[in-house]
Amino acid sequence: MADALPHRTIADAAARLAAGTLSSVELTRAVIARTQAVEDRVKAFNSRDESDALVQAAASDARRAAGQALGPLDGIPVGLKDVIAVNGQPLTASSRMLANFVSPYDATVTARLKKAGAVLWGRLNLDEFAMGSSTENSAFGPTRNPWDLTRVPGGSSGGSAAALAAGCALATLGSDTGGSIRQPAALCGVVGLKPSYGLVSRYGLIAFASSLDQIGPFARTVEDAAIMLGAIAGHDPLDSTSFRAEVPDYRRALTEKKGPWRIGIPREYFGEGLDPEVGAAVEQAIAHYRAQGCEIREVSLPHTQYCLDTYYIIATAEASSNLARYDGVRYGHRAEGVTDIEQLNSRSRAEGFGAEVKRRIILGTYVLSSGYYDAFYLRAQKVRTLIRQDFLNAYRDVDVLLTPTSPVPAFKLGEKSDPLAMYLCDIYTIGVNLAGLPAISVPCGFTRAGLPVGLQLIGQPFREADLLAVARHYEQAHDWHTRVPAL
Amino acid sequence: MKYEAVIGLEVHVQIKTRSKMFTRVGAGYGHEPNTLTDPVVLALPGVLPVMNKAALDAVIKAGLMLGCDIAPVCKWDRKQYFYPDSPKNYQISQYDQPICQGGAVEIELPGPARNIMGEHKRIPLTRIHLEEDVGKLNHFATDSLVDFNRAGTPLMEIVSEPALHTADEAYAYLTSLRATMIYGGISDCDMEKGQLRCDANISIRPVGETKLGTKVELKNLNSISFVRDGIAHEIKRQIGVFERGGTIVQETRDYDGQTGASQSLRTKEMAHDYRYFPDPDLMPVQVDAAWKARLQAECPELPFVKQRRFLEQYQIPYTITSVLVWDRALSDYFEEAAKLAGPGRAQAVGNWLVNDLLREIGAAKTDLAAAKVRPPHLAELVRLVDEGKLLPNLARTVFAQMFATGEMPSAIVAREGLAAAPTDAGELEQWCRDAIAAKPDAAAEFKAGKESAINALKGPVMKAAKGKADPKQVDATLRRLLA
Amino acid sequence: MAATDLNIDHVARLARLALTPEEKAAFARQLGDVLHHIEQLGKVDVSQVEPTAHAFPVVNVWDADEPRPGLPVEVALQNAPRQRDHMFAVPKVVE
Ligand SMILES: [Mg+2]
Ligand SMILES: [Zn+2]
Repeated sequence: MADALPHRTIADAAARLAAGTLSSVELTRAVIARTQAVEDRVKAFNSRDESDALVQAAASDARRAAGQALGPLDGIPVGLKDVIAVNGQPLTASSRMLANFVSPYDATVTARLKKAGAVLWGRLNLDEFAMGSSTENSAFGPTRNPWDLTRVPGGSSGGSAAALAAGCALATLGSDTGGSIRQPAALCGVVGLKPSYGLVSRYGLIAFASSLDQIGPFARTVEDAAIMLGAIAGHDPLDSTSFRAEVPDYRRALTEKKGPWRIGIPREYFGEGLDPEVGAAVEQAIAHYRAQGCEIREVSLPHTQYCLDTYYIIATAEASSNLARYDGVRYGHRAEGVTDIEQLNSRSRAEGFGAEVKRRIILGTYVLSSGYYDAFYLRAQKVRTLIRQDFLNAYRDVDVLLTPTSPVPAFKLGEKSDPLAMYLCDIYTIGVNLAGLPAISVPCGFTRAGLPVGLQLIGQPFREADLLAVARHYEQAHDWHTRVPAL
Repeated sequence: MKYEAVIGLEVHVQIKTRSKMFTRVGAGYGHEPNTLTDPVVLALPGVLPVMNKAALDAVIKAGLMLGCDIAPVCKWDRKQYFYPDSPKNYQISQYDQPICQGGAVEIELPGPARNIMGEHKRIPLTRIHLEEDVGKLNHFATDSLVDFNRAGTPLMEIVSEPALHTADEAYAYLTSLRATMIYGGISDCDMEKGQLRCDANISIRPVGETKLGTKVELKNLNSISFVRDGIAHEIKRQIGVFERGGTIVQETRDYDGQTGASQSLRTKEMAHDYRYFPDPDLMPVQVDAAWKARLQAECPELPFVKQRRFLEQYQIPYTITSVLVWDRALSDYFEEAAKLAGPGRAQAVGNWLVNDLLREIGAAKTDLAAAKVRPPHLAELVRLVDEGKLLPNLARTVFAQMFATGEMPSAIVAREGLAAAPTDAGELEQWCRDAIAAKPDAAAEFKAGKESAINALKGPVMKAAKGKADPKQVDATLRRLLA
Repeated sequence: MAATDLNIDHVARLARLALTPEEKAAFARQLGDVLHHIEQLGKVDVSQVEPTAHAFPVVNVWDADEPRPGLPVEVALQNAPRQRDHMFAVPKVVE
């Protein structure tokens, strides 16, 4: 099963494409066939255009035949979370609000993937406007976890994680505001990378929380993640928060950077609420690094207990503002039978947004409203400074931090009906967004019930090359990533 | 009881850039609806703002011209309110860290007569900040239509202290502010095109009271005269309310310049809660000394500073100066011509410029830049007259030809044979004797004390001289002979 | 910062969300829980702490004032729910 075409790695497929033993059309057809076979059970896609994908694949084959192949992604089918704009394609954010929206422009990551020759294949499901941790908050219905169809794939980038795990793409892009790449990667048994804030352009990514959002790849291996990151990273003049960071050859760095590394274990990430099976798998990973000669140090991130509150204030405040543009005037859902402009706005928004989005808009509006700014938003920004400082202090003694990605493995659909319970899914991932750090989730085992477990490695700002090398070191000694769900 | 008004003005000035404030689609006026948009202007899902460097330069320059303190660091905030002309439903603006603080606008109040300079005052500014304009709503019978061409145009908001007291002061403030912006090349300030817009906060209080009264915001004052009229009307209205024993409600009123009436738009109960917070999509602006110095060097001399210099340096009357200094091109033209004409001739240059050239330009419906008469022409004309080479009465003829053709005055004089010939004193005396002999009645009347009768004698003399006699010399000769 | 401060009618109007009475009741309860949780932020001493607006702040990120082409008007209006005469149509606005 793992050697079937749709489950190949990018590295492997690229080698075959280069050798001429595989064509992009062949590969894309296999991915389409796999999608057709499983999609009615997984429901990872919001939309897909098979003929368009085959046209792109044929163009890739033609380039290659002409000796103009563009690199390792040329001809590789890559899926995009449905919050990333592609010119002429639907862009819904899994919201009724944007059910009929067609983007007239490309996101920067889209343009870069096109330039790398990738076959852009399908728009993947998510929690509406990326708000959630289970992909249940989609206006188009939930995505299922390929390892257990009664369970969630995680979220918000659940469609991106599930599609990859199910063999419906060779890599996908997601976005991560508080763990939305890493948590579903962990729950679906794939690699998920959240880059440093500013490494990948946000231009063309539907904004949830501007100061936290980052686009990043889902891939089968750390090497594939490195290939994807190399294609999308780098300064973009269209994003004022894009950082002028050096973009090394991440793939080459995987073999150049050798340990041993000093690995920090933040004690606050191993407390109450951590599933014992998840904890055990992560302990095994720690034991691996120790056995390989890495120095394992316990560290403290003392403001960890404030991460969740800080996150929910900043994220909802920014979201309430970012989502004000959906007003039924220029695009998007528009209520019928309204008589004045306030009704048009209020009813279009009430009809277009789902419950979680409305809840967060209300919270975000409240924390910014007159008289509350200092107590909530400003205070949260100050606590954010302390949280960030915790991480930077820890990096005086260690190279990377190691934690579980999610406190629990994939849970049942409908299991977490209380918003606060759902918010607690992100407790190990949101600190990274608040601090702007890069972090990766790699598969590190399975529960007795056969559910994947993820290991989170947190790196230093813009040192993705080191982070990937540390992750790859673990991955090479294990075979978790080669397993394929029985669908 | 005597009342005094306290007025603060909020002026929005569009900055003249080629592209918009936070995206590079073109900015402009008078284009077909929605032809100056892009994904950022329309606030499509996923877009992000990027600052326009030229707009920052312009607002800093404006601040330097008005003597503001330029903040070493400032940031951007989102001002949030829903309105269909605002694509994001927030405006990117500056809340607690405006780029300019303090400063003042110098104003000149009307003098006791047109030719006497009025009192000068400095109206302190609170702040100037940078933001983006909104789109335009067009209202129809059953719906409104939104055009986003204007949306995203760089906009400066210039806020005065509540330090103005009369409608005339407000008028003078706007006149001066507008001239300053035009001088700096910051904006064309065409109010009809919405490039300068003014809201006024007005309250009244009994004279002697130091506490401010309840303020009323007056909106839609869309010409400088409407600002004056609207404020005068509002002051009168508030005094009327007071005198009838009423109280002023805090509200926003709309002034209609056509009817001269105002009506309430909304009262304070419905005031906005803008939920300002720092825009996470934009980085702060840091203005260092070198940047400031570079812009300072580009700042032109302000109109009133120029006025004081002209009065002193060129010794020309206020009536001419006050016309020259309000137009940068005109004052530059003047200075160039005065320099070419040489010392002592500035007033003549000014007279020609203000009285003749501007009149001809107006009549020909052209402008100074297009006029064929350039500073060297005017300078030469003045010099020819002053040196006695061209008689003043012929200079007008030369000017008219020069205006039409752009020929140099010396060339016209030579071609038309208009050069003042040195008049032979004997010949002139003979012409004068002939004239007196021909008009004995006029000569008698003059001798009897009727001063104006001498003019009747000058005609024949000038005729005999074919116009080239110096009128002063003719006058002197006639008087000597009639003495 | 008491959770009971949340005036859901007022906030919903600010946010332009026409919520049903059921939604209002549910949100008030759920957000009450969240706000109760958030109250613990009040315990952190932030008196000496500067706020973080950007994880990696830099200054003066701008473009030169060089216009680029925008969207053709048909494309600008392609997603408009209502349009007329190349403009976006809304219910009559009275200001
Ligand atoms: Mg709007
Ligand atoms: Zn303003």
